[in-house]
Amino acid sequence: MTAAAKLTLGPLLFNWSADRIRDFYARIADEAPVDTVHLGEAVCSKREPFLREVLPEAAERLDRAGKEVVWSTLALVADGRDAKATRALLDGVDEPVEVNDLTALAMLDGRPAVIGPTVNVYNEGTLAWLAGKGAVRVCLPPELPRQAIAALAGAAGPVELEVFAFGRMPLALSARCYHARAHGLHKDGCQYVCAEDPDGMALETLDGEPFLAVNGIQTLSHAVADLSREADELMRMGVRRFRLSPQAVDMVAVAETWRGLLDGKLDTADARDRIAGLVSFAGLANGYFHGATGAARIA
Amino acid sequence: MTAGALELVCPAGTPAALRAAVDAGADAVYLGFRDETNARNFPGLNFSREELAGGIAHAAARGAKVLVAINTYPRAGEPGPWLRAVDDAARLGAWAVILADIGLLDYAARSHPGLRRHLSVQASAANPETIGFYHREFGVKRVVLPRVLTVREVARINAAVPVETEVFAFGGMCVMAEGRCLLSSYATGESPNMNGVCSPAGHVRYEDRGGRLVSRLGDFTINVFEEGEPAGYPTLCKGRFRACGRTSYLFEEPTSLDTIRMLPELMKAGVTALKIEGRQRGKAYVAQVVSAFRRAVDAAARGEPAPALGLDPLTEGGRQTTGAYEKGWR
Repeated sequence: MTAAAKLTLGPLLFNWSADRIRDFYARIADEAPVDTVHLGEAVCSKREPFLREVLPEAAERLDRAGKEVVWSTLALVADGRDAKATRALLDGVDEPVEVNDLTALAMLDGRPAVIGPTVNVYNEGTLAWLAGKGAVRVCLPPELPRQAIAALAGAAGPVELEVFAFGRMPLALSARCYHARAHGLHKDGCQYVCAEDPDGMALETLDGEPFLAVNGIQTLSHAVADLSREADELMRMGVRRFRLSPQAVDMVAVAETWRGLLDGKLDTADARDRIAGLVSFAGLANGYFHGATGAARIA
Repeated sequence: MTAGALELVCPAGTPAALRAAVDAGADAVYLGFRDETNARNFPGLNFSREELAGGIAHAAARGAKVLVAINTYPRAGEPGPWLRAVDDAARLGAWAVILADIGLLDYAARSHPGLRRHLSVQASAANPETIGFYHREFGVKRVVLPRVLTVREVARINAAVPVETEVFAFGGMCVMAEGRCLLSSYATGESPNMNGVCSPAGHVRYEDRGGRLVSRLGDFTINVFEEGEPAGYPTLCKGRFRACGRTSYLFEEPTSLDTIRMLPELMKAGVTALKIEGRQRGKAYVAQVVSAFRRAVDAAARGEPAPALGLDPLTEGGRQTTGAYEKGWR
C-alpha cells in the first residue's frame, strides 16, 4: 500500500466532561499517529459553552504536535441559537472548517471547506459543484456502496475524499432530543443527561438485540463501523483519507492499528482483530460498503 | 377557493388520485415518475411520461398545477434517470420540479432556467441562511420546510428570505430531519436518499409468537403487539424499543400530523402553501382529506373558525399531533 494515505480523527460526538476532553486531546496530540484532528461541537449547541473552556488549549497542543486542526460545525442548524453558534465559530477561527450542514457553507462564502459526512454528497455533480464553492475535502456519507465511492473517487479531481472508517455511524438527526425524552425530560430542560453515556445510549429491540445508539438529537448505529478489511480496495480506488470517529476506547491504539494497516505493516486480519479487541461495547459493521444493510458485518 | 387562501398542494400517487385531488379542490398536485428518482418509489405508484402529460391536461382544465418531485439523490456514475426526469418534466409542461440534490439543482438551473424550482423537504433546509443560499445559487422559488421547525421559526424564515414556503399540514410525519436519515438503510439496505423508500415493504415480516404479533424490518424487531392490541406498519422510527431500562416509542408514537387547527397561525407566519402527505394513499383517502382541507383553508382565509372535518379516522393509530410546530414536542 502507498504511504500517502492519511488519518483524520473526527469530531467528538459525545458529551464528555471537560477533564476527559482535555486528557483525550493531550494524549492524541502526544501519541496518536493521525494527520488531522477535528474539534468542535457537531451535535448540540447546548453543549458548546463547556467546550469553549477546553478546545482552544487542545487546538494549540495539537498544532504544536504537527496535527492539522479542523473546526467542525453543527450537523443540524434549526434555530437561532444554532445559527449564532455556527457564525461565532466561523468568525473566531483561521483554521479550516468542516461543514456539517449547508448553513456553514453559506456562511463560509468561498473560504476553503471540508465537507462532513452528514452533508449529502451522493454523486459527481454535487461533488463538482461543492469543489467550485471551496470544498477541498469531502467525508462521504456512510451509506454509500463501493460502486458509488469508486465513481466519486474517479471524478474527484483535486478534492480529497475521506470515508467514515471507524466509529458509530451517524444515521439521523432530529429537532427532538431523544436522550432527554428517554429520561422523561424536555430538550430545553435536558439536565445534560447525554453526559451519562460516553459512547451514546444503547437502544435495543424488544427481543433484546442491540440496534441503535442515541446521542442527544442524533441517532447513531449501535455497531461500530470498521472498514479495515476494505481499506486496501478503497486506496486502490483513490481514497486517501480515513476517518476515525472518537469513541470511549483507546483511540491511540485504534489510530496505531490503522496507521499500521495503511503503511502495510499490519495485515488486514490482524488489524480487524485488534479493532474488535478494542471495541467491547458493540459489534463491528461494514455492510454499507458491500451494498448490504448498514448493520451487516461481511466477512 | 377564497382570495388570500393558503395554496393547497396535494398528493397524487396515481392518475386516479390526481383526478380525485384536483376534483376535490387541490390548487396543485405533486407526483413522481415511476422509478427511483422520487421519494415514494413504491410498487404500483407513480406516473409514466404519458400519464404525466394526461395529468397535466386534466389539472390545467381545472386551473390546477402539477409539480414533479425528483427528490432522491442521483446515483454516482449513473445520473441519467435523474437528468431525464428533469428534462421530461420541463418538456411536458410541469409547473415546477421539486429537487433536493445540489448537483441536480445546478443541472436544472443551467439546462432549464425557465422551469420553476422548488426545494424538496429532502434537502432539509431549515433556516434563513441555507434557504437564502439555495435561492441565490439555484434560483429556488419555494422551499418545502422540514418538519423540525416551530411556527415561530417558520415566521422568522418567511420574514428573512424572499422565497415562498410550503409546510406539511397533514399525514405521515418524519421525526428525523428529512433527507438526512439513514435508519432505513441501516436495517434494510434501502434508504430514502438512494432508493426513494423508507422501511420498505419487501423487508417487512410479521411473526405470530404465541398470540403476540411481532413486526420485523430486516433482521430487527420493530414492535411487539399483545393480543387485541392494534398492530401498525413497522416504520422504523415509529417502533417500540428499550433504552435506559424502559420500553417506549422513543422516537415517536404511531401518529399523524394534523395542523387543521393551526391554519390561521400558519397564514400569519407568512406560509404560502400547505402540503398534504400521502402519495401512497388511495383516491378515496385523497378525496376526503383534500376536500376537508379545501373547506378549512377557505374558512381560514375568511377569518372563520375551522369547520368540523371528520379526519380523525384517517390518522395513523387514530392519533394526531401538531409535531414540531409546537415547541413542547421537542
